[in-house]
Amino acid sequence: MSALATDLSVTEAISRIPDPEVPVVTIADLGILRSVEVDEVARRVVVTITPTYSGCPAMEAITSRIVFEADRRGYAAEVLTRLSPAWTTDWMSEEGKESLRQFGIAPPGPAIHGHAGPVAVSLQKRVVTCPNCGSDDTTEIAHFGSTACKALRRCESCREPFDEFKAI
Amino acid sequence: MSVSADRSEERARAAAYLLGLADDSLVYAQRLGEWMTNAPQIEEDMALGNIALDLLGQARALYPHVGELDGTGRGEDDFAMLRNEREFRNVHLVEQERGDFAQEMVRLLWFSAYQVELHRSLGSATDEVVRGVGEKAIKEVRYHLDHARQWVVRLGDGTDESHRRMQAALEWAAPYVDELFDDDPVSLAALGDGSVGGHSPAALRAGAQHVVELTVAQATLTMPDPPAWRSRGGRDGIHSRPMGYLLAELQHVARSHPGATW
Repeated sequence: MSALATDLSVTEAISRIPDPEVPVVTIADLGILRSVEVDEVARRVVVTITPTYSGCPAMEAITSRIVFEADRRGYAAEVLTRLSPAWTTDWMSEEGKESLRQFGIAPPGPAIHGHAGPVAVSLQKRVVTCPNCGSDDTTEIAHFGSTACKALRRCESCREPFDEFKAI
Repeated sequence: MSVSADRSEERARAAAYLLGLADDSLVYAQRLGEWMTNAPQIEEDMALGNIALDLLGQARALYPHVGELDGTGRGEDDFAMLRNEREFRNVHLVEQERGDFAQEMVRLLWFSAYQVELHRSLGSATDEVVRGVGEKAIKEVRYHLDHARQWVVRLGDGTDESHRRMQAALEWAAPYVDELFDDDPVSLAALGDGSVGGHSPAALRAGAQHVVELTVAQATLTMPDPPAWRSRGGRDGIHSRPMGYLLAELQHVARSHPGATW
């Protein structure tokens, strides 16, 4: 995609905005972008986004990029943040997951919803596949990685450390 | 009394309750932030920083809504940066000075166990913003709880020294736990109409305590005896000595440069 692809429609351009932290995936692929409503007469666009995590610092960068992409096409953008329904990694597209894997980040598995009551302490029992060599023999190094949405793991086969996109 | 006056009183009661929840999250985020570069491992700097960010996000979602409900129109900076100590409504647990890592994990264990129950309750609120915060935050606070549980088990069932310090940390936190689950007048007044969820603080206790007791047992530790003294007053704006110092650090830039933007 060219940086000056102003021939894209405003909806298309907003959908293709890359995530600031993981630029190989778009905000549409991640499921952050919930809706784009264009009013061609008033030249206005109302965009609804949802944060991956309550304190995700990328939201401000995403918001200003949406305003920028709309403005350069002659639209005034209003960006709404919606918390409910809460974002889940299940909204991530298959293309998005494949892009993550190619980038070296293990994509999220299916989210576990609504487990009521106390859960057992999760001492590293999930199967996560190494994005580099495909081995399932991986262990968690750290519960929290470089951003809120990731954990840090290591592959016991190829010995490479890698980020895992946490399923929520 | 007119219907609209009734409505505005209901909204003011909801706002007063939510302010306490937002202040808990903001103040604990500030304390957790102090661990950056001070945690025992760099991974723990990241973990506690990420947890602090989640809590800060909760507070930022709630403050503007409080300003809307109470009719003052105050925004997040007005609440976080421009109120005095007596106007904060957080419990004493979150304002206590940073101790050793064992103390932090016990504080995080109790606070996140409480927050799991709290956000499950908020998730049933009829107020759309409050429900959104609850639905969003419960996924995060479950993960915080899991993190605290892993450390409490690892250290409690670890070396003699880590076991001793973990047990001491449980004793340290004990006087601040009851306050989380006090049915104070502000909470009870707000919970009548379901707009902010249906569970009073006391109703959140059983679930939270159960998780803590399970963890303590798994960690080969023992639950402390009921403390001789317990904290009170946070929800009324009465705070302990560390709170003023915390606010000074949190607020001094915003107050030294009024209206500054960047």
